[in-house]
Amino acid sequence: MATLSLRGVRKSYQAGFETIKGIDLDIADREFVVFVGPSGCGKSTLLRMIAGLEDITAGDLLIDGQRVNDVDPSKRGLAMVFQTYALYPHMTVADNMGFALKLAGVSKTERDAKVREAARILQLESYLDRRPKALSGGQRQRVAIGRAIVRQPKVFLFDEPLSNLDAALRGQTRVELLRLHEELAATMIYVTHDQIEAMTMADKIVVLQGGIVEQVGSPMELYNHPANLFVAGFIGSPRMNFLPVTVASGDGAGNGVVALADGNQVAVQMGEALPAPGTPLTLGIRPERLYWDPNGPFAGEGHLVERLGGLTLLHLTLTGGEELVVQTDGNDPVQPHVLVRSAVSPDECHLFGADGQALRRPGHIAQPPARPLPGEAPVVATATA
Amino acid sequence: MSAALDVENMPSQPHAVTPPPGSNERRLQRRMLPLVSPSVVLLLIWSIVPLVMTLWFSFQRYNLLDPTVTGFAGIDNYDFLVTDPDFWTSLVNTLVLVGSVLAITVVGGTLLAVLYDQPFLGKGIARVLAISPFFVMPTVSALIWKNLMLHPIYGIAGILWHAAGLQPVDWFANYPMWSVIIIVSWEWLPFALLILLTAVQSLDHSQIEAARLDGANAIQQFFYITLPHLGRAISVVIMIETIFLLSIFAEIFVTTAGGPGNATTNLAFLIYSRALLQFDVGGASAGGVVAIILANIVAFFLVRAIGKRLDI
Ligand SMILES: Nc1ncnc2c1ncn2[C@@H]1O[C@H](COP(=O)(O)OP(=O)(O)O)[C@@H](O)[C@H]1O
Ligand SMILES: [Mg+2]
Repeated sequence: MATLSLRGVRKSYQAGFETIKGIDLDIADREFVVFVGPSGCGKSTLLRMIAGLEDITAGDLLIDGQRVNDVDPSKRGLAMVFQTYALYPHMTVADNMGFALKLAGVSKTERDAKVREAARILQLESYLDRRPKALSGGQRQRVAIGRAIVRQPKVFLFDEPLSNLDAALRGQTRVELLRLHEELAATMIYVTHDQIEAMTMADKIVVLQGGIVEQVGSPMELYNHPANLFVAGFIGSPRMNFLPVTVASGDGAGNGVVALADGNQVAVQMGEALPAPGTPLTLGIRPERLYWDPNGPFAGEGHLVERLGGLTLLHLTLTGGEELVVQTDGNDPVQPHVLVRSAVSPDECHLFGADGQALRRPGHIAQPPARPLPGEAPVVATATA
Repeated sequence: MSAALDVENMPSQPHAVTPPPGSNERRLQRRMLPLVSPSVVLLLIWSIVPLVMTLWFSFQRYNLLDPTVTGFAGIDNYDFLVTDPDFWTSLVNTLVLVGSVLAITVVGGTLLAVLYDQPFLGKGIARVLAISPFFVMPTVSALIWKNLMLHPIYGIAGILWHAAGLQPVDWFANYPMWSVIIIVSWEWLPFALLILLTAVQSLDHSQIEAARLDGANAIQQFFYITLPHLGRAISVVIMIETIFLLSIFAEIFVTTAGGPGNATTNLAFLIYSRALLQFDVGGASAGGVVAIILANIVAFFLVRAIGKRLDI
């Protein structure tokens, strides 16, 4: 059992300049939480503060309701997997994994048993006598995870653990980490700059930018209901299209029409009333929601076609001068340099005000139920064995 | 996959060092021979000629004071040397001097390196000060220590002893070997510090952080993480220092002149006194040959030990 709470947590490395600008966050037991954001936004700093490797300048960090700001890192009951793995190069794999237990005075036989168990979970049994130098990148990564598992921590912390692996291994390790999360039923906090990792792994995503939380929610909530321009642009690939529009008309129920730069009108459906006609807004449309329609409002000439096999991306310049990316099927015969038109269903539109905040979309529930946490769900018997 | 890894990690194959005849590399080496030969020949002459001359003289009767004593001496010079109690004392003195200075500089250098890796006020200045003794000439530093530091009347040590109400110690008379060890350690500590500091700084800091999370306190971090990381650098320090410390001369010459009696006479000073105080070139050369053999024995063990370390 481990819950984690951050209350107004702040960090300044130099006086007068805050890296983390006040973060409030609750992490439930056995939750897989991903901190995601662009490089330099303070993800690692936040994780290191939770680990106890950085002092907390202001605010409280609670683990299971206990304030642990001043508790020694090793006493907080957490384990961290570093981006560089930070394996001890002069120790064997077994010694690396058993180091914490050795320091804690655990007997050799018990230590060996725990190391073997972790090695079995991670398929490292045949490498126990090797030095880290004699391992491949993926194996080193598993040793780093094994070192964390052996200590049976309440909370696992990962700082971009996949960023040093090649693409194929990254996908594979992602799946393994999820399996591990099921098997260990532990709380995990995972830092990444890669929104795909965040989307595929998280129960809860925390989007950070410039030391503040932009939005917290389940992957699909962030995808369907981004709270602002930043989250809308950050989550989803290819990136959401943003077009400047002005409100043409709207009723009180959220149905309305906005006008593009070239005057073409787009019907939108929001969960709240649109602002007064004439108000400038930003229209956000995901490339995968656009479809070809000879009467569609988005008219333009393609200048680049990207064929990715499974899907096709057409980069358009609209008649009003805006750029638009349309994602269609991989077999789409579309060619560049011809005028095409596309459309979008009204309830797939996002609108953002001048302050960057999103207008509420239809069907938005404040906190949709997350997927069942491991251990709670009726999992197969082997998972907890 | 594991097979591929094994090959990678095997100690270097013999053929990697000397390629089999007829291989491309071997042919390339042969073609390069005329180009490198001038420097090789020069270096050979440079080292072979003195060695052969020393060997030759060590078997000659050759005393500068008495030109009538000439001719082949057989092993008389060596016989004379090993039956001279001074020789054995000088051998012991050499080993004591080298061993003590190594211990002081390696232990002190390691601790200072770890200290200097921490952030503290005035670190830049402290670092320059700590390293500067290395740039002082041995004769000058010996003079500084003899007259400014350890002199019972004018020296700082004397003043301190006085201030504490104690009888000043005549260091060079009462603790001659210790005094020389202190001087030489002072000269070589900066070298050890310099090498070890760069090694400490190359330690991946996240290893220390991982150890902290694993529950290691500062002392355990030092012994389990930092010290193993420094192993290779420490071997390098030991090897280089040993080579230079075996031939310490100026410090002894300036401060104690090998005395009192033969208390600080090491092999280098013994050879000097044979050759240039007693003008016995034959005997001095025999001592020189012994010094060469000693240095080679030490080098053999050191290179083997370090070769093992470098394999990590
Ligand atoms: N030890 C430090 N001293 C001063 N500034 C730091 C330190 N560590 C990180 N920072 C600053 O804090 C900000 C956030 O860094 P970090 O948490 O590493 O970002 P991320 O992991 O999201 O890429 C950066 O602007 C970085 O320059
Ligand atoms: Mg980071």
